[in-house]
Amino acid sequence: MPIDILMPALSPTMEEGTLSKWLKKEGDKVTSGDVIAEIETDKATMEVEAVDEGVIGKLLVEAGTENVKVNTKIAVLLQDGESADAIGSSAPAKEAPKAEAQAAPEEKPAAAASAAPVPAQPIASVAADPDIPAGTEMVMTTVREALRDAMAEEMRRDEDVFVMGEEVAEYQGAYKITQGLLQEFGPRRVVDTPITEHGFAGVGVGAAMAGLKPIVEFMTFNFAMQAIDQIINSAAKTLYMSGGQMGAPIVFRGPNGAAARVGAQHSQDYATWYSQIPGLKVVMPYTAADAKGLLKAAIRDPNPVVFLENEILYGHQFEVPKLDDFVLPIGKARIHKKGNDVTIVSFGIGMTYAVKAVAELEKEGIDVELIDLRTLRPMDLPTVIESVKKTGRLVTVEEGYPQNSIGTEIATRVMQQAFDYLDAPILTIAGKDVPMPYAANLEKLALPNVGEVVQAVKTVCYK
Amino acid sequence: MAPTKTASVSGRKPAAKSAIKSASKSSAKEFTGKNTPDFGKDQDLHAYREMLLIRRFEEKAGQLYGMGFIGGFCHLYIGQEAVVVGMQMAQQDGDQVITAYRDHGHMLATGMSARGVMAELTGRKGGYSRGKGGSMHMFSKEKNFYGGHGIVGAQVSLGTGLAFANRYRNNDSVSVAYFGDGAANQGQVYESFNMAALWKLPIVYIVENNRYAMGTSTARATAQSNYSLRGSSFGIPGIQVDGMDVRAVKAAGDEALEHCRSGKGPIILEMLTYRYRGHSMSDPAKYRSKDEVQKMRSEHDPIEQVRLRLIEKGWATEDELKAIDKDIRDVVSDSADFAQADPEPDASELYTDILL
Repeated sequence: MPIDILMPALSPTMEEGTLSKWLKKEGDKVTSGDVIAEIETDKATMEVEAVDEGVIGKLLVEAGTENVKVNTKIAVLLQDGESADAIGSSAPAKEAPKAEAQAAPEEKPAAAASAAPVPAQPIASVAADPDIPAGTEMVMTTVREALRDAMAEEMRRDEDVFVMGEEVAEYQGAYKITQGLLQEFGPRRVVDTPITEHGFAGVGVGAAMAGLKPIVEFMTFNFAMQAIDQIINSAAKTLYMSGGQMGAPIVFRGPNGAAARVGAQHSQDYATWYSQIPGLKVVMPYTAADAKGLLKAAIRDPNPVVFLENEILYGHQFEVPKLDDFVLPIGKARIHKKGNDVTIVSFGIGMTYAVKAVAELEKEGIDVELIDLRTLRPMDLPTVIESVKKTGRLVTVEEGYPQNSIGTEIATRVMQQAFDYLDAPILTIAGKDVPMPYAANLEKLALPNVGEVVQAVKTVCYK
Repeated sequence: MAPTKTASVSGRKPAAKSAIKSASKSSAKEFTGKNTPDFGKDQDLHAYREMLLIRRFEEKAGQLYGMGFIGGFCHLYIGQEAVVVGMQMAQQDGDQVITAYRDHGHMLATGMSARGVMAELTGRKGGYSRGKGGSMHMFSKEKNFYGGHGIVGAQVSLGTGLAFANRYRNNDSVSVAYFGDGAANQGQVYESFNMAALWKLPIVYIVENNRYAMGTSTARATAQSNYSLRGSSFGIPGIQVDGMDVRAVKAAGDEALEHCRSGKGPIILEMLTYRYRGHSMSDPAKYRSKDEVQKMRSEHDPIEQVRLRLIEKGWATEDELKAIDKDIRDVVSDSADFAQADPEPDASELYTDILL
């Protein structure tokens, strides 16, 4: 059978082109790789190479012809022993079938992109928190100790778990979160890295792709910006791009958000950045119990988890149940306080403002339901919606920048899913739209404060 | 100073001589064109088949791209076949391979099926990533192929992580991480070199120096164009290898893998190679002369070198080689037929494989 040579598409956007020049004439012998023609595309002049061996039987489009549509038959190549007479018997010139929506071949109607309805996004069900048996001892624990205990317990449980980062071993952690781990687990599993965020994040993801379960500590998430390509492009997307063959069971953790008086480059909340990325889970705990239960869950999770801690919260004490294996579900919000008049949704250090505001508002007779999101992705919106259906009013509280914040995301989704239940516009309290200033007074102004939260709640309650 | 050896260099002088003279001297045996160890008959025939498969596969991919069956970016490996084939011949089971986006050749060399790769190029259900990855993003756990990465240089850190896992598990495997002369200027490459040397990780860093980072020649992009020296400040040894001669690649690969397996840490192999086609399908390659390309093709073609040897030594007749060629064309045609006939992924695949 003679082989048809078709007008090639030579860029992702080319639909037609000019056949500027033939470099072979009828009767010429060609082998694969020989340049046979030059074609002017929408971008450049490109050379066309023969793919098969044979003799040019006929040139069907004259040199200089413009607007030759992609896939038009432009020449016929004769195989061994064929004569030009055979050309007549080849299929009549027609546009070859193209992939995708442009001209879906009849036998596969599914190929037409426009015909396929967008499937609904599946909603994963998340288990509730485990019951804590009656009589369980509650131990006052700092968030710092809770995080350390979570890592130590998981490292005892699973040999594949290791921690790496700057100053995690000999120095015992820049914020003492990894205190004692080197002594218990040794340098093989508690790995001091050079100051090289981009590199060690990639090393961590590679180790995870090979099946280990790294905990990558960033001294702060401000420095993880150097590594964000590896977190997003390598860790979050590989499972999808590999058709489910290969994922990255890895935890990226460290303090996030403003500390105190460290200026703009060291004071940023990345909650909303990571929460946008499909393929990541994002956790941002407030209490020590949540820090422990969720970090253990994050280490066991087969997906990449970004675990956002807070330097100021490290020293806060909370009750933690004394259980052998206390693991909490990722993706489930916690109702910190039940109430009926108004809902406040917050997470991480934002909760410190919310908790104080709730106490003040109680004195004024306003009964707040306070929800701690705990996980930002997947976000437990049903718990929020359910609360708003009861209270009809919503205020969100966070420290990050106000534009495209977690609060604005919640407001949009509540507006879409519970509009009829709202009795007042949703108010979002966030950090101010400025780089973090150094001066003590300005820094204070840049962060949210309890008074703002109290005022916002009163506003949505029309009081 | 890291020992640096110079292999035979096709069509150009080893940069080591002009760059850092002291570094080009080494007590170890040198790879030169003259004393490149010969292949036996089976090795030459194997290399011929494997390289030809990649060549024909890529030509067909280019054709399918032209017909609109393959979309987006498509980076062909034509000209560089000896690099992956020679390395694969040196590797053992369990060694991991990771590379960037010019990855079809690497996948075929690891033994991934032509059908699965081609169907991924056309975005079909039967592709290695079920149509969700495309030309630049394919993986095979079974064949220890870790991608297929579209971000220049990212695979170097990831490959270092694979080596970290090997050392953590104290196994005998080596990670083989490929990157181009372009990626060699990325910062994370040096971050990775530092950690790999510090922790003595078993990794062979392979710089596929095909002289052009997209359209920018090495001369215009780098202050040190001898990439085998790029690890010297970390004490990582490097070897310049004639990447157009599959025997030289295999010999260098043997030595590098042995170096890693014996616990000496990372090593760099700079493969002097050449891509015949543009950077991607839509690159007219105006940044180099036709003569340059033609000269490489006619004087240094990796497949032609083996073909001539096979004929000269009487290891294969023209007819036998034709028969091999036909076998390979059949495999490639079959993969192309499959990749065109196979359905696109089901719409329900949109939301699968995001989280486990």
